[in-house]
Amino acid sequence: MATEPVYEEVAGTCVDSHGSAIGMPQLCFDWFPNQIFWLVITLVVIFLVLSRVALPRIAAILAERQGTITNDLAAAEDLKAKAVEAEEAYNKALADARSEAQRIAAEARAEIQSGLDDAIAKADAEIAAKAAESEKAIADIRAGALESIQVVAKDTAAELVTALGGEADAKAIDGAVDAQTKG
Amino acid sequence: MASETTAAHGAEGADHAAEGSSLVFHPMDQFIVKPLFGDGAIAWYTPTNVTLWLFLAIVAIIGLLVLSTSKRAIVPTRMQSIAELAYGFIYKMLEDICGKEGVKFFPYVMTLFMFIVTANFLGLIPTSFTTTSHFAVTIPLALAVFLTVTILGFVKNGAGFLGLFWVSSAPLALRPILAIIELISYFVRPVSHSIRLAGNVMAGHAVIKVFAGFAAIAAISPVSVLAITAMYGLEVLVAFIQAYVFTILTCVYLKDALHPSH
Repeated sequence: MATEPVYEEVAGTCVDSHGSAIGMPQLCFDWFPNQIFWLVITLVVIFLVLSRVALPRIAAILAERQGTITNDLAAAEDLKAKAVEAEEAYNKALADARSEAQRIAAEARAEIQSGLDDAIAKADAEIAAKAAESEKAIADIRAGALESIQVVAKDTAAELVTALGGEADAKAIDGAVDAQTKG
Repeated sequence: MASETTAAHGAEGADHAAEGSSLVFHPMDQFIVKPLFGDGAIAWYTPTNVTLWLFLAIVAIIGLLVLSTSKRAIVPTRMQSIAELAYGFIYKMLEDICGKEGVKFFPYVMTLFMFIVTANFLGLIPTSFTTTSHFAVTIPLALAVFLTVTILGFVKNGAGFLGLFWVSSAPLALRPILAIIELISYFVRPVSHSIRLAGNVMAGHAVIKVFAGFAAIAAISPVSVLAITAMYGLEVLVAFIQAYVFTILTCVYLKDALHPSH
């Protein structure tokens, strides 16, 4: 080194004339004050930045997120309870509607039944009336027929008597026919 | 990356080229602290590559935790998800280990974790400078934890904090011996705490650089590239795991201060 005075200034105990390290640069105590000075400044700056700005801000973000998550969970719980409630209400309404429908159906059935009964009774009465009428008509016809038979029999008897050459006596024939038909 | 060093030190380039015919390993050159402007000496206030990469770590953390959450979306974007995951990850770790009392140290623990994890990952960018590979960075981090825990322990528990070293569940005869062991292990904490982080990060980066040196030989360069790729994958894991380990140990130490009983 002594032969190269140009580098003697730069080259101390730590760096040789070629700019290479002598031993470990870590053990070069000439540089310690410089490194420690800048390190302390760096650490102070980092500490201030972290404690004043970064850490409170991140803590706030995390707390806010925690709050949001908690709120959302609570809201979800609420909505779930509401859904259960709504389902219950729906089931209740369904049951009500079903019983109402049954009631209405039973009513309608009863109404129809009573109407039907009325109609049947009315029809029965009508049928009975018609039957009585018919019976009467039949009796009339029967009576009419008996009379007609007597008339026909009398006429026939008179014609027979005349055909046999006798004189038809109306009174005698009537009496005879009446006696015969009464029999 | 050896060529990057060459370019940066123009005058020495010739020397490097001369050595270039044979294998050249400068695995530790990536850790050299250089002034950002000019070639002068490094005073305590000089802006250096350390300053640059620490500044980029701040920018990355602001981008990840502040800008990504600026919309305060209930349904997060990808970046906001990452920010929330990181928050939840460290918060839960702290709460699980230290209980409710530990939560007030959350900004402190989160600062440590975010700084280390960001610096580790920024260090994985090729040609970058890895701030966490330096003991000058990890020792203050570990010392800060050590001092916090010690002071907090005495302020909260008074002399009761010394109960940490008096293992009351052990047989009485053994307790003084255990007390000495506990005391030693207590003071070794900041050492292991800091060297674990810097050592892991530095070793991985140096190994990658060694493999890169082998790439100069055409015959083994494919193997070298494969090895670099595999190593890089491992380093991605290490970058996260070391940040995680540093943070979880911080939580465990804080628990000692809050609840010193064994």
